[in-house]
Amino acid sequence: MALDLFKEKGVPLDRQVFTWKDLTRRLYSKLDNDAFTRVRVILMNGIESEALRFSHACARMNRQLREPLALIRRVEQHQQTLVNWMNPPDQSPVETTLGFEQVAIEVTASVAQHEPDPYLAQAYRFGMLEDFDHLYRYSALYDRLEGKDPNYLIQSYSDIIPGRPTSIEHRHPLDDVRRPYDARTAAPLTKIHALTITAAEHQTHDYYMTIGPMFTDPVARMLYAEIASIEEQHVTQYESLSDPDESWLEKWLLHEAVEVYNYYSCLQYESDPRIKEVWQRFVDYELGHLHYVMQLFQQLEGRDPAEILPKELPEPIRFTSHREFVRKVLRDEVHLSAKGTEFVPRTEESERTLRYRDQLNADGSPSETAAAGYRWRPGTELAEEAERMGTYGEGRIQ
Amino acid sequence: MERKASGLGMNRTGIQTSPVNSKKAIEGAEQSQPSSPGDASAIWKARQAFAREQEGLGSVPPPGTLKGMAKTAVDMLKGGRSTVFIDKLGQRAGFERTGVRLYESALSKLEVYGTWDGGPSREQLEKIRRDELSHFALVKRSIEKLGGDPTALTPAADLQASLSEGVPKVLADPRVNLLQSLDGLLTAELVDNASWELLIELARELGHNELAEDFQRALDVEQEHLALVRSWIAAGVKLEARLGEEAAGAPV
Repeated sequence: MALDLFKEKGVPLDRQVFTWKDLTRRLYSKLDNDAFTRVRVILMNGIESEALRFSHACARMNRQLREPLALIRRVEQHQQTLVNWMNPPDQSPVETTLGFEQVAIEVTASVAQHEPDPYLAQAYRFGMLEDFDHLYRYSALYDRLEGKDPNYLIQSYSDIIPGRPTSIEHRHPLDDVRRPYDARTAAPLTKIHALTITAAEHQTHDYYMTIGPMFTDPVARMLYAEIASIEEQHVTQYESLSDPDESWLEKWLLHEAVEVYNYYSCLQYESDPRIKEVWQRFVDYELGHLHYVMQLFQQLEGRDPAEILPKELPEPIRFTSHREFVRKVLRDEVHLSAKGTEFVPRTEESERTLRYRDQLNADGSPSETAAAGYRWRPGTELAEEAERMGTYGEGRIQ
Repeated sequence: MERKASGLGMNRTGIQTSPVNSKKAIEGAEQSQPSSPGDASAIWKARQAFAREQEGLGSVPPPGTLKGMAKTAVDMLKGGRSTVFIDKLGQRAGFERTGVRLYESALSKLEVYGTWDGGPSREQLEKIRRDELSHFALVKRSIEKLGGDPTALTPAADLQASLSEGVPKVLADPRVNLLQSLDGLLTAELVDNASWELLIELARELGHNELAEDFQRALDVEQEHLALVRSWIAAGVKLEARLGEEAAGAPV
């Protein structure tokens, strides 16, 4: 049964409460939980992070909305805390990074396949191939810095192979701005998708900007700088898909619907009962927020929320491996680049993009250095070399 | 390249850096009162409360092969728990593999900073790198013989990686010279020696005598590594502490 957004009222705002212990006591296991639990936690942290980002911008621009925004924003901040604190402390920053890229591959792949607008679907496939390459670069880094296997985190759901090479993903800013959907005619799912992927990518950017300087290895520091720059490009691309003529309140309403939709998707797929409980609780909280904003929308804009929202939630995001879809996109579209708002063969790239890229890569490319000659093997690239050797060191050291 | 680890400079972290400000800071701290009574044990108590309700790091995976399942069943009939052995084997596999990367980092530093009298040679570091790799191969094969999955991250492996995460971090830092980074290798080799000793005892206890012999040979080699790292550090630090002509060839 799909969720009826108008009938289900969720939990009222005054019953949405937390304690410090409640916010921090749940952890998933890096070893035992399914990789998609980590994917969901990372995604939902991104969704809540966007909720806060939007809410602050909106409060600075709308006198009437400052107080209602403050009320809901405080709950969202605590929701984000509870979600983000489920990442276990034995999961290192580079391990969490691998999880971020798996989100960008598998969630974007699901979105690309369900997106009704062909232009937006193309944009998702385009971005996905770039994040797919990031997984490969970070995997090489993890293997080569620490001698650890990226598949600890990826659990064989996603391929660890090159995509569109990161070194050629750098484009001039004006070649990253896309055409927006038309809010009057776009399907609700189109609007939900654009916000969801923008949120995920924005948090990825912010995460890399926070942890990048914590690395000691110069190639690691440069690689985080390089990929953070691509994530900034991706935020530019994805946010430009939303109609800039939607009113602030309309955008707020959409944000709340996106939050319900994403928590609801998590709930459908979660295998860990302790974490499933969180998704259920937050579906109910978000329904409370949605109805609160629906009322504001009616009062302040005199419009019916049914103009914007679907009656029932669309099919949830599929938290499963999309290996075959990703491989097909890789075969068919790896040669693409972008020029202005359009996707073009790489041979047709703009002068400005070529100049921009050459400048950034002038001292060498960190993503090429990190993964030079890299081929992932179960048990790391060292497993192959080890197999060719004897079982223990022969002879004494002179 | 000249970069003494312990050169004199403008370090500002101590209380003596600023007599005027430090006097005021100390007075301020002495005159203030805590906002709540108690001591550091309040943190222990919170930690205890969380420990009582939280689950562990994770588990050892079940054997993926029929052979492994049969072995687990036989061990259980004998009253043994082969998962403990697999857990510790997984730990050595992970640690030895990280060890390979550590010696690669040390080799890259050798090219920049050079060595000193009694310091490591390229051949020695390359030999130890190969030893670490062959120990990884030995453990990998041992896990396979027992029907386990050598690619799995076991709880003991995860724990040791968390405990020693600073070692690869320091070795990869271009601001750290070769002598300084040997402290990282010392940390790793001390833990490695103790862990091999335990693994040998455990193998004997569980009746895996052939494996215990293979592991003993690995331990012999690891003991050499430890002795070498210690001697390189001792020679380097003593040279660094000398002055004038006596310090010729000291680590930079």
